[in-house]
Amino acid sequence: MDTTASYNDKVVRQFTIMTVVWGIVGMLVGVLIAAQLMWPQLNFDLPFLTYSRLRPLHTNAVIFAFGGSALFATSYYVVQRTCHVRLAFSKLAAFTFWGWQAIIVLAAVTLPLGISQAKEYAELEWPIDLLIAVVWVAYAIVFFTTIGQRRIKHIYVANWFYGAFIITVAVLHIFNNLAVPVTLTKSYIIYTGVVDAMMQWWYGHNAVGFFLTAGFLGMMYYFVPKQAGRPVYSYRLSVVHFWSLIAVYMWAGPHHLHYTSLPDWAQTLGMVFSVILLAPSWGGMINGIMTLSGAWHKLRSDPILKFMIVALSFYGMSTFEGPMMSIKTVNALSHYTEWTIGHVHSGALGWVGMMTIGSIYCLLPRLYNREGMYSTKLIDVHFWTSTIGVVLYAVALWVAGIGEGLMSRAVNSDGTLTYAFIEILASKYPYYGMRLVGGLIYFAGMIIMAYNVWKTIADEEPAPVAIMDPA
Amino acid sequence: MAAFWAWFVAAGTIAFVIWCVWLISWAGKQGPQNKQDEDLVGHKWDGDLEEWNNPAPKWWLYLYFITIAWAVGYMIAYPGIGAFEGILGWSQQGQYEQEMQAAEARYAPIYERFAAMEFGELTRDAEAQELGRSLFAGYCTTCHGSDARGAPGYPNLTDDDWIWGDDETAIIATITHGRNNVMPNLSPALGGDAGIDNMVNYVRSLSGAVAADAAAMSAQPMFVALCSACHQADGSGNQALGAPNLTDDTWLYGPSAESVRETIVQGRNGVMPPHGGLLGDKRTKILAAYVASLSDNE
Repeated sequence: MDTTASYNDKVVRQFTIMTVVWGIVGMLVGVLIAAQLMWPQLNFDLPFLTYSRLRPLHTNAVIFAFGGSALFATSYYVVQRTCHVRLAFSKLAAFTFWGWQAIIVLAAVTLPLGISQAKEYAELEWPIDLLIAVVWVAYAIVFFTTIGQRRIKHIYVANWFYGAFIITVAVLHIFNNLAVPVTLTKSYIIYTGVVDAMMQWWYGHNAVGFFLTAGFLGMMYYFVPKQAGRPVYSYRLSVVHFWSLIAVYMWAGPHHLHYTSLPDWAQTLGMVFSVILLAPSWGGMINGIMTLSGAWHKLRSDPILKFMIVALSFYGMSTFEGPMMSIKTVNALSHYTEWTIGHVHSGALGWVGMMTIGSIYCLLPRLYNREGMYSTKLIDVHFWTSTIGVVLYAVALWVAGIGEGLMSRAVNSDGTLTYAFIEILASKYPYYGMRLVGGLIYFAGMIIMAYNVWKTIADEEPAPVAIMDPA
Repeated sequence: MAAFWAWFVAAGTIAFVIWCVWLISWAGKQGPQNKQDEDLVGHKWDGDLEEWNNPAPKWWLYLYFITIAWAVGYMIAYPGIGAFEGILGWSQQGQYEQEMQAAEARYAPIYERFAAMEFGELTRDAEAQELGRSLFAGYCTTCHGSDARGAPGYPNLTDDDWIWGDDETAIIATITHGRNNVMPNLSPALGGDAGIDNMVNYVRSLSGAVAADAAAMSAQPMFVALCSACHQADGSGNQALGAPNLTDDTWLYGPSAESVRETIVQGRNGVMPPHGGLLGDKRTKILAAYVASLSDNE
């Protein structure tokens, strides 16, 4: 078949497989550091196995390797299908794949070596940052050129979200990482003091907002209606919540810096816009759930839809929890406690993880000309491991975090603190154990997925798929 | 905040609030208003992807609007819109000062009683000791440990060995102003590895950890020349300088030949941070009495 008449699914397949691989790697590191919190000796006194170096490896692996590969894979797939054209610039697209994998490998080497900018979620040093910028610009060129070449006038809603995610992440990444290099592995960020902190959390929160939210809403807007076989519930709702979401998210970063030297007005803006963000976030959940709502009967037979509905539920739950935690009086209790980590993981494991897993189960057979995955039963088993894992994880850290917050502020009648740091730490041990079990169960599900993926694609020779004419 | 940036922030804030309100009103006006009227928008992608144009749920629009109204109210009450400080006059610094004053008013009487007591009395007073234990748990345990027995580099406070002295003045000074214990790296003057090994052995022989053989004794003149300014010629140390006694078997950084060698070759930089600003004089005195009592119990 003439390649111009078929979709470029090769790069999609590559990113899809690597999503599963990096998911397993990233979550394995997560399980290890969760165990280290209980048994610190598990670092075996080796510098590259210490918690301080593996923690950024874990976050980078799950967000940028697992989540990033999933976003590349699905955005490349979705933009071709919904624009009815082949992906622009096949070679540039291939470069984004190999470039992104190189970045991940470089991260996996440098972070355990302790090479770090010490900025959360932006730990990678300047040479890798430059490579990220180059790959990301290439990604934008491929994506938006494909949009420009579309054979259908209206741009499908999923592409708005993918587009916003791609543009914004480029801006965030470049401005947060402006640095003066000293050596190949050391640089100094150009911002100082509270400005540096503000830049960092402007970046950090929008990494959540655009990488982990807008990008995955793009995924949701294609795979949920596709899998449910139902039209998107409301075009109008998607317009309103899209333009609200991308406008309001930008303001939310200062809520990470409540009661610090950040000026009062900036803290206020971070808080009030975080609260305003509740409805725009829920707009996506409503549109997703209402799209599924005509297909409830399919939940009995289709575990992929179960992944999606639970992912949307966790999205709704954590986007309620987030605005609540951004309110100063709540934040005064929750900040610097395990509650924050619990919140992040109900978003990461519940929303991002389960939406990705569901989408890959939907996508993979289509990439290999199969009717479905090797085993629907195993998808169902994976669904239950994921659900039980994330619930255990989130509940453990809610209890640990709220307990920690309350103990930290408990005061004796003479004004001294009731609990020393070590007593608070000791109180969290049972919940560290529960969290480890939850993480292990979630991780076990990823192993089941890997097996299922392997059996699905092992003997398949993918054939080119002809580009469909617009209706 | 410079006037330009104040207006810039204010304009941006107001513009984004208006944008959100406009989106809500736009959503209310578009398309069919009847929920049963599930007309498809008329676009079709990828064979089967279509869209309805259901109205956004009313409760959702109200929720959106209420959060905006609340935000506007909050920004009128508190600092937020540019340089406008809010009608409540609230500030983070003000809240902090208020809470500290309230705490002071509430707890000061408890400390008044102890302030009048002699230091020695405080070390025996059960109530003062209980208070001291709480203060110790809150401020000291991170370095000195819950049992006050310290860790390598962090002094054990339960033994009779005091780097800076154990009287009232010394302990209070340590807590209030902190301490900087600098052991300089003097190894370049020792004449290479063999000289360093001899010095390690000599230092360890002072407490009888190893025998003072001829090789070790060969370092003695060097010890007198380099080390005695702080540690005294006999190695018994000097509390006025915070120089540890090397003739007993208490070792801040560990007794092994390796750690003594590390001390000589790399020097040490021990820091006790100042706590006077956090604690104030009255609490410091109670805490100091508690710390003094820790070694009396031995």
